[in-house]
Amino acid sequence: MLTIPRAWREKPQRYLFKGGKCKDCGFVTYPARKVCPKCHSENIETVDLPREGKIITYTIVYSAPEGFGDFSPYPLAIVELTNGARLMLQIVDTDLDKVQIGEKVNVVFRRLLVEGNAGIIIYGPKATVVEDK
Amino acid sequence: MREVAVVGTGVTQFGYLWEKSWRDLAVESSLEAIKNSGVDKIDSIYVANFTGGTFVEQEHMAAIVADYLGLLHIPATRVEDACASSAVALRHAYMEVAGGFSDAVLVTGVEKMTDVVTSQGVYSLAMAADREFEGYQGVTFPALFALVARKYMNDFGATREQLASVAVKNHKNASKNPKAQFHNIITIEDVINASMIADPLGLFDCSPMTDGAASVVLMPLEKAKKLTNAAKPIKISGIAQATDTIALAQRESFTSFRATIEAGKKAYEMAGKGPEDIDVTEVHDCFTIAEICAIEDLGFFEKGKGAQATADGLTAIDGKLPVNPSGGLKGKGHPVGATGIAQIANLADQLRGEAGELQVKDPKVALAHNLGGSGATVVVTILEVV
Repeated sequence: MLTIPRAWREKPQRYLFKGGKCKDCGFVTYPARKVCPKCHSENIETVDLPREGKIITYTIVYSAPEGFGDFSPYPLAIVELTNGARLMLQIVDTDLDKVQIGEKVNVVFRRLLVEGNAGIIIYGPKATVVEDK
Repeated sequence: MREVAVVGTGVTQFGYLWEKSWRDLAVESSLEAIKNSGVDKIDSIYVANFTGGTFVEQEHMAAIVADYLGLLHIPATRVEDACASSAVALRHAYMEVAGGFSDAVLVTGVEKMTDVVTSQGVYSLAMAADREFEGYQGVTFPALFALVARKYMNDFGATREQLASVAVKNHKNASKNPKAQFHNIITIEDVINASMIADPLGLFDCSPMTDGAASVVLMPLEKAKKLTNAAKPIKISGIAQATDTIALAQRESFTSFRATIEAGKKAYEMAGKGPEDIDVTEVHDCFTIAEICAIEDLGFFEKGKGAQATADGLTAIDGKLPVNPSGGLKGKGHPVGATGIAQIANLADQLRGEAGELQVKDPKVALAHNLGGSGATVVVTILEVV
């Protein structure tokens, strides 16, 4: 069971979609880190991440873990944001056949999971494929 | 530093073992390894286990193993690095013996996975991924390797049929391994038509939930050679460990496992060997795509060529390089905490010429590859006939 502080302290990355940018080499990570994984600099600033990106690779999950059965089948994708940051996101509000490598996505704010029967509801980022108009 | 040898080995039956607890399994493989090592005294124990806390609600397992083996008062240490737990434990045991701290060290890997229902098991296994940034999105292990498989198929034009050939080969090998979980022969069509787990990976692309334990006893090579009542010592000529990012999304490549490349390089260098010297290998085929990436990252096949090589039969028991003659994780079963040591025990049998129907022709050098999580921890071990 998740305690409230465990969700509350994750506010910057989970609820405000903030990442870290290395002031020395420019590498961006989600979430922010103390040490840049590229150049080992500790000169990191917190930045707002762009909400646009593209799919690097994807899967459709049919055998879901506990707590995710209601969503199944659901797509998961490794998304690269326009500033180069990469993250794992569930793809929502999109027909399964529209989930393809190279497709553009927008990051959206959704319910992630509920821990246990009386646990708090955790929200955070997911993504939706941008339809060509 | 002293040279180190594997002497005793012990492996339990792998499978759904309703009648045996994790404790029964750990004691069984440990006793077998101690008895055929020919030593009369064990100085230290390592117990590898991934997630006893969620599978059987038991942590602090090393002390229990020491207690139930009647080996109280010696050091007993639990090691956890997901599916690579037991090869990591092996490396620590190696260092303890090489460094002169102990003369006989028991390493036991154990996992009891079938006391929980599948969805709970999937949840437990997912803890080897990044809980907050992968688990919260609904990531499963099949999903992580499916992301790799999708990218691999996209980049190299590999087909579902080629991936399936890994599972077909490993089931065929397992059918001759009396201790394997599966003895059924499967076809390419069976793999492709199986129920989807995480697209493009179906049920037969995935290793199963398995109960089992495996043990080895390590000794200084010079002392092992003097034992008269023991199995022939097998030298550990290289052992190396490397890490990569815990989250798959942070990797530089999604079709190659950097930790495998780095651990492989170091192990080859330590042993003074290269990929061309390896006669037989057990690699971490938790999913079909994982075996293909492993045989490329270890230098046996060019990047992008592993899938076709497997489909062409180059990795069969009678092929150019036999890969997973035991049946691998796919056919033999994958009790996660035991897998790395089971690989060592299987390869010791091969190098002693005692692998029965699984025997590869006259191998002298063998390589074991044990991978944790989606590749954040990898250990590569090179074994040699003395």
